[in-house]
Amino acid sequence: MQVLYGRHHVRVFRFGIRLVRDEQVAEDLISEVFLDVWRQAGKFEGRSAVSTWLLAITRFKALSALRRRKDVELDDEAANAIEDAADDPEVSVQKKDTSQALRKCLSALSPEHREIVDLVYYHEKSVEEVAEIVGIPENTVKTRLFYARKKLADLLKAAGVERGWP
Amino acid sequence: MMAMKKMLEQEPSEIEMLLPFHAAGTLSARDAKRVEEALASDPELAKQYAVIREEYAETIGLNESLGAPSARAMAKLFAAIDGEPARKPSMSGRVSAGISGFFASLSPRTLAWSASLGAVVLLAQAGVIGAVLVKNEQPATFQTASLSTNEPITRSMVPEAPRALVKFAPDARVADITTLLDSYQASIVDARGGMFRLQFGTRAMSRDELAGLMNRLKSEKIVTLAVATP
Repeated sequence: MQVLYGRHHVRVFRFGIRLVRDEQVAEDLISEVFLDVWRQAGKFEGRSAVSTWLLAITRFKALSALRRRKDVELDDEAANAIEDAADDPEVSVQKKDTSQALRKCLSALSPEHREIVDLVYYHEKSVEEVAEIVGIPENTVKTRLFYARKKLADLLKAAGVERGWP
Repeated sequence: MMAMKKMLEQEPSEIEMLLPFHAAGTLSARDAKRVEEALASDPELAKQYAVIREEYAETIGLNESLGAPSARAMAKLFAAIDGEPARKPSMSGRVSAGISGFFASLSPRTLAWSASLGAVVLLAQAGVIGAVLVKNEQPATFQTASLSTNEPITRSMVPEAPRALVKFAPDARVADITTLLDSYQASIVDARGGMFRLQFGTRAMSRDELAGLMNRLKSEKIVTLAVATP
């Protein structure tokens, strides 16, 4: 378990924190995830990569943690995230710094879009693996990522960053 | 630009939707070939792919900047495991099967890179052994017999030295990689999938110097991605 934890805990934590946006909650999440792994190791049949299995459990736990929060709190958070991207003067100041603006806008994506971008780009998961983790058809994985990228382009455009696409 | 806008108004094409997966290197050989051919013949698609590679690099940079959990999480986990009832004896067999499955499920790309990393480490070890032998042949000066195992194999490091996540081209040879490491005074400190975390030199760099270093790295033929990380 120590080896498994040592190898995967940072990625599980980063996936978790991008979903729940709270360091404390993300830390609690990784303890829960690896405890579940300890309890259910016998159920892992090796049909998918260990990291795919871990990310699927993390996602389930993160969504449960989010559901425990009040709906009002969630709505406020979502609204703030959107305002951050479009109206934050910092983004406007950093117009020329595409890199900073990109990171800011990546953080402002909806949780649904954020998770798919992270799974594909950062966790390097294939179409099939993302479908397994998120529990959606493979075609939906591809279209969801396309529209996440389109949303990202819209946010960047609102922040004054033109990249030549779309 | 007009063509791109028109493209977006319509449903995205299959190839277009595969571009992000191609950037991350997770497509099958067949799909990767299809995408490569489309990129070679469609400049608009190639332009979109350049934008995707930028998003890819920044997503990695953003995630890498999130840090790591504190020791509290690990302490909490192992305290909880200690409180669990004793495991059945069949568990170890299942875990072994799981670990075997894990290696079986690694993609050929990951396995190839793991093998490449192994080769680099072997070369580095050979270098260290050679250096120790040569050193021992020099006129005797008093020295202790101990060799610190905490130090990285290739060269000494300080925590302030800049680091970056680097992805090498699939056709890069180990010899090319070791030459690049030498020319940048870089050491491999970590690896995952097809990505390597490199540390450059032994001193801190200014932001401009680091940006210059990243630009030089990105322009290397065998480097497909370079992102500065903490």
